Amino acid sequence: MDKTMLNDISLEALIAGDRAEFAHLVDTYSSPIYRLGLRMLGNSQDAEDVLQNTFINALTHIQNFEGRSSLATWLYRIASNEALMLIRKKKPEVNLEDVQGGDEDEDLRPTQFVDWSALPEDELLSGEGKKFLDEAIRTLPESLRIVFLLRDVEGLSIKETAEALSLTETNVKTRLLRARMYLREGLSIYYGERFIR
Amino acid sequence: MTEHVHKNCEELLGSLSAYIDGDLPPELCQELEKHLAGCNDCRVVLNTTRRTIDLVHSPLEKSDLPEDVRERLFKRLNLDNYLTPKPK
Repeated sequence: MDKTMLNDISLEALIAGDRAEFAHLVDTYSSPIYRLGLRMLGNSQDAEDVLQNTFINALTHIQNFEGRSSLATWLYRIASNEALMLIRKKKPEVNLEDVQGGDEDEDLRPTQFVDWSALPEDELLSGEGKKFLDEAIRTLPESLRIVFLLRDVEGLSIKETAEALSLTETNVKTRLLRARMYLREGLSIYYGERFIR
Repeated sequence: MTEHVHKNCEELLGSLSAYIDGDLPPELCQELEKHLAGCNDCRVVLNTTRRTIDLVHSPLEKSDLPEDVRERLFKRLNLDNYLTPKPK
């Protein structure tokens, strides 16, 4: 998320219950939060539930916001919790341990060494390429996906991602590495087959 | 496809993410860069990992909130009075 977004939102006005300021907050953050919901849940109805519940929750609790994290991190924390709760509700087999886990020392060794990095973006993200990227992100385990989305898609720092997910920074770094390696490997197979040979 | 078997590669792989984030201590940076200079496979892993991250940041990847979703959100929050055309 663009850090400058916060510059013109008044926390004082929000805490004082200023509705116009809350509407401004909603307009500033609703797109990234909807996008996060869409990528975590995979469909627009669930993404809309995450979005609505996040702002209802924020509206209810804004007066208790203590400013220990930034407002953006606080909103992402609520949104992440909403998304993970909805996943657990829909897929009971994903229990709390699964979501909190994901740091196992599994083999990360790359096996694909095709260099597709210089290919133009419009080729890499054309039609099928974009679909493949979306699908690859969707197949990441939830515990890795949420870290990857907050850090690499929404642009939170490692510290902010750790705060939003109640993880240690070491946990975040480990999961981020695993998520990046997993996606790189998948994209290397995909692009290698289509563009390099 | 041959498997990547250089002795140092696996150890350095763990540093790759931190290196990309500019979060690696200078002495480890130096060690990694020295290794990268002589290891084509690791350079490919670095370049394609960076590119993977670039792709998800691409403007082609960004999507705006659909207007009907925005309208329902404002109504749900009783903010109908503030439902003006979204500022660009």
